[in-house]
Amino acid sequence: MDDIKPRLRVPPSAKKGEVIEVKTLITHPMETGLRKDADGKLVPRLIVNSLAVTYNGKAVLNARLEPAVSANPYLAFFLKVDEPGTLKFTWTDDNKQSWSAESKIEVA
Amino acid sequence: MVSRLTRRTALMALAGAMVARHAFATTDQAKDWLASHAKGAPKDGKVTVKAPEIAENGNAVPLTVSVDSEMSEKSYVKAIYIAADGNPNPGLAVFEFTPQSGKAEVSLRVRLQQTEKIIAVAEMNDGTLYTASREVKVTIGGCGG
Repeated sequence: MDDIKPRLRVPPSAKKGEVIEVKTLITHPMETGLRKDADGKLVPRLIVNSLAVTYNGKAVLNARLEPAVSANPYLAFFLKVDEPGTLKFTWTDDNKQSWSAESKIEVA
Repeated sequence: MVSRLTRRTALMALAGAMVARHAFATTDQAKDWLASHAKGAPKDGKVTVKAPEIAENGNAVPLTVSVDSEMSEKSYVKAIYIAADGNPNPGLAVFEFTPQSGKAEVSLRVRLQQTEKIIAVAEMNDGTLYTASREVKVTIGGCGG
């Protein structure tokens, strides 16, 4: 699967101590393992089951997703910015394949 | 004596077969799933579950769960566990926070198979649990099949 791309929407800068909203999406079919294909065979489960987010190496959010999360999982959450840094995202799927993305935040 | 296949027995057999084919989670299973993640008795309050009252498409129902907390080193939300009581599996997602999160709130989109209740449990850093739930009416279910 080469068409899996993470997308981020992170403000480029924030005031010191400001709590900012971060939005992410990764294009992924999130196969539940319950769906049948055209031949009536069950399509095996393959979902992005986790997203780990760190800021300058410190944990911000750990998400564990179940098959009930929609295709192309979208997540919005918050981050408190105390210093400039790098926000890093790592998605992992059932096959232990992972995708990473990062975004820099300045403190104005 | 000949056993008669009446319309009623035929319908009942059909209904039974349908129930057996679709084994959906119950409220108890959703609660069990939540209890397997967060031990203890959750109290009402602090948690807000935002979702549309009626979702036309169960494939992507927007959902926001937030917890009232100052998110400081002393007092913060450690995790939010989210389940639903009418899907093939009760779990929806688990989110773990730190004081770095600033605000205990997440938004995502979920699949709902039918009209059902979304239940969220928040675990604070001192171990206290809070809960809230919201029913969403689903027009077209979203779990394939």
